Amino acid sequence: MTATLSPSLAPKDFASDQEVRWCPGCGDYAILKAVQKTLADLGVRREKTVFISGIGCSSRFPYYVSTYGFHTIHGRAPAIATGVKLANPNLDVWLVTGDGDGLSIGGNHLLHVLRRNVDLQILLFNNEIYGLTKGQYSPTSRPGTKSPSTPGGSLDNPVSPCAFALGAGARFVARGIDTQQPRLVETLKRAHAHRGASFIEIFQNCVVYNDGVFDDFIEKSVAPEKQIHVQHGQPLRFGAAGRYGLRLVPGRLELEVVTVGENGVSENDLLVHDETNHALASLIAGLRPPQFPMAIGVLFCNPAPSYDALVEEQLQAAGSDRDLNALLRRGRTWSVAG
Amino acid sequence: MIRFAGDSGDGMQVTGSQFTLETALAGNDLSTFPDYPAEIRAPPGTTFGVSAFQIQFGSTDVLTAGDQLDALVAMNPAALVVNLEDLRSDGTLVVDSAAFTERNLTKAGYAANPLTDGSLASYRMLSVDITRLTEEAVKPFDLGTRDAHRCRNMWALGLMLWMFGRDRQATVEWLQRKFAKTPHIAAANTAALNAGHAFGETAELPSNVGTYSVAPAPVAPGLYRAVSGTEAIAWGLIAGMRAAGLERMVFASYPITPASPVLHTLAGLRSHGVLTFQAEDEIAAVCACIGAAYAGVLGVTSSSGPGIALKTEGLGLAIATELPLVVIDSQRAGPSTGMPTKTEQSDLFQAVLGRNADAPLPVIASATSSDCFDVAMEAVRLATRYMTPVMLLTDESLANAAEPWRIPDASALPLFPVQFRTKAEGFHPFLRDPETQARPWAVPGTPGLEHRIGGLERDYETGHISYDPDNHHRMTKARAAKVAGIAHDIPLQTVALGEDRGPLAVVGWGSTYGAIHQGVKVALARGQQASHIHIRYLAPFPRNLGELLRRFDRVLVPELNNGQLVQLLRAAYLIPAEGLNQITGKPFKVSTIAAAIAERQ
Repeated sequence: MTATLSPSLAPKDFASDQEVRWCPGCGDYAILKAVQKTLADLGVRREKTVFISGIGCSSRFPYYVSTYGFHTIHGRAPAIATGVKLANPNLDVWLVTGDGDGLSIGGNHLLHVLRRNVDLQILLFNNEIYGLTKGQYSPTSRPGTKSPSTPGGSLDNPVSPCAFALGAGARFVARGIDTQQPRLVETLKRAHAHRGASFIEIFQNCVVYNDGVFDDFIEKSVAPEKQIHVQHGQPLRFGAAGRYGLRLVPGRLELEVVTVGENGVSENDLLVHDETNHALASLIAGLRPPQFPMAIGVLFCNPAPSYDALVEEQLQAAGSDRDLNALLRRGRTWSVAG
Repeated sequence: MIRFAGDSGDGMQVTGSQFTLETALAGNDLSTFPDYPAEIRAPPGTTFGVSAFQIQFGSTDVLTAGDQLDALVAMNPAALVVNLEDLRSDGTLVVDSAAFTERNLTKAGYAANPLTDGSLASYRMLSVDITRLTEEAVKPFDLGTRDAHRCRNMWALGLMLWMFGRDRQATVEWLQRKFAKTPHIAAANTAALNAGHAFGETAELPSNVGTYSVAPAPVAPGLYRAVSGTEAIAWGLIAGMRAAGLERMVFASYPITPASPVLHTLAGLRSHGVLTFQAEDEIAAVCACIGAAYAGVLGVTSSSGPGIALKTEGLGLAIATELPLVVIDSQRAGPSTGMPTKTEQSDLFQAVLGRNADAPLPVIASATSSDCFDVAMEAVRLATRYMTPVMLLTDESLANAAEPWRIPDASALPLFPVQFRTKAEGFHPFLRDPETQARPWAVPGTPGLEHRIGGLERDYETGHISYDPDNHHRMTKARAAKVAGIAHDIPLQTVALGEDRGPLAVVGWGSTYGAIHQGVKVALARGQQASHIHIRYLAPFPRNLGELLRRFDRVLVPELNNGQLVQLLRAAYLIPAEGLNQITGKPFKVSTIAAAIAERQ
């Protein structure tokens, strides 16, 4: 157990003794590796770290990390994580959820944990399908998704996790891709550094029920032109050698893709990413292939005091008066003589 | 026994509460029953908008809010029509004559004015223009008509305090505190209060209306206060937290009638280590408590029947992961929204049985408002000692009812300190204590105890996930045995009144204590045979309960539901217990219990 106190833990030290039981080739393996590397790079203490999840394939995650872990019930992990932070704000809490767990059965709790700004890292694995229950469409599935419960194709519009988070008032919203480990690790570190609720949507490929659903922007041949990796203070450029860029359509609150160096467009014409700008974050969160690239990285980061910190402030301000006798005798009392 | 009745906006609850306080200060034993509509401000003058507050007091021990009224204050015709049937035929009736307009009479369903048609002749009636007299009393304060009329309740209170020889000082002080920011309102209300009192002293009242004198009740010496079930629960939880040696309580709740006052009471007690959290829904409330318990503090959630139903899946998780939790159910009439402001005892099945799979948890119930303190402490003890959620059943009538309480000395309260696991050697999260069968409370932040728990079945020997068939059988039995074993750690069932064997046991639980106790007392005084047994521990039952009940020829189980404890007793002990059931949203009357006993002699 001395390893716990050792200052330098390797990624493998954050693996539990449990056999990982995801399907071979599942994107969850890559995310697990990225998280374990992040924890090692950050040098966190295992005993201070808690992973909390709901139900679904993604929610098996805590069993495979050697920190404290709590695999709870469907959709409710945000509420349980909030309770943990209210009990002990010094714990470093990661919440692992999926598109069904977080946005269908648990949509209400996700909304409230984001608007309250509880100091957590929230990883939402989005594979646009229900895996554990064998392949039904999810709230992020695209219209027309054929599944055991929608043989004629799904009819309802999907929710965009990042747009939802921005709408709920999240102060940190980011995107990552399961297979892009170095970038994902950097994004996870940013999320960890952020005080308050940090929301990260991670595109995760389900090899069994929804294989290749993100190929329109992840497949190697299209990736450079269909992904834009945003960085604060940098122009919004993408494509091979930064060939393309994003700018506002003159006179409209609307983005367009332009080719740098063509038709008189220079880098100065492009939008510069400002991660503190909510309106810009909303615009780039809504971009979709094939017309636009998918925005990856930290879309929005604009810190505000976390709920748990404000709670502690109020408790401190209330002082400590543990005199139970005085409490019970507060107000009107009377004596009956013997 | 007297009752104040008026529109839901007439301030009847405040009037009743102040009368209660003055009565307690006069040394009477007392019991109250607030009865108010679900609507915050129902249309004025309507029968469904009538709000009432009843208090019984006397010089002997008072355990119920009473059967028949000695005095009724009716602020309008609707209040009269709803409450008159409870007034003794020679009781005192005080009415505000100004409110008996044609319009109000029609709304209340009167064809003729009862004040003038002779139908109230048997009562000792005092028909006073309270509205006009109040207007005159508050004239110097230059209030608008609306604000002036809002002082009518204080005028009526002043008159009743005079009638029963009560002091007014506590009410004057209360008005000064309540209206500290608007001193002219405080002064106007005080003037109305004094005017009502002076009216009683000086007016020439009908010869049959007089004053009453009620001597102080003989009670044990000590320091007393009035306490409601809500306050007693809140303070009992804090006392329990302290006795367990815990530094913090996370009380998470979602607003629901009639449970919300516990949230309000605790929200003001941050300096005692209480952190209240108004969650987004009932499910989040219980889950936040589970998270808090997992992280090593006392987790408490509170609701009423429909909210407890929503928390049920969370309770299953707390049972499966064996985390301590206190769950308070302030029962109300149902199902569904039902009658949210009326009392009932119909969540016993839900508490004991209402979960998927084999999911036992301890259930205890409070019998009186002051008993809520002890029961809340006991709930904390059982939860932390046995690492289990505990359900505490109370109900609408206890939550809001006040009674005198001999204040305990905090330093003399029992202690049951929690031992958190810190030793890493030999640890696994489901290692059981040989005595209690409880698993260790191993809290995040403790080096060397990093572990994973969850809703999936876990191996008895290692705590790891297990789908092994025999292990699931063994774990189900282990969870059941742990809760059943609590029977060895609770007091034996005693008989509250009467012999410990005989022809008839009257067996109750919860807030029916007072009515059953008085009913049995009445029967004994009549020379009939009956014993009162009141059960606090409903799951598991005290270990001598079956043997005790078998000593009686007949077992009668009065409940404010359609027969729940009676079925649990029949199932547990194979005895021919019979039910006495009332599902009206109102407490039992003593006479109902006494009559049921008389029928069985």
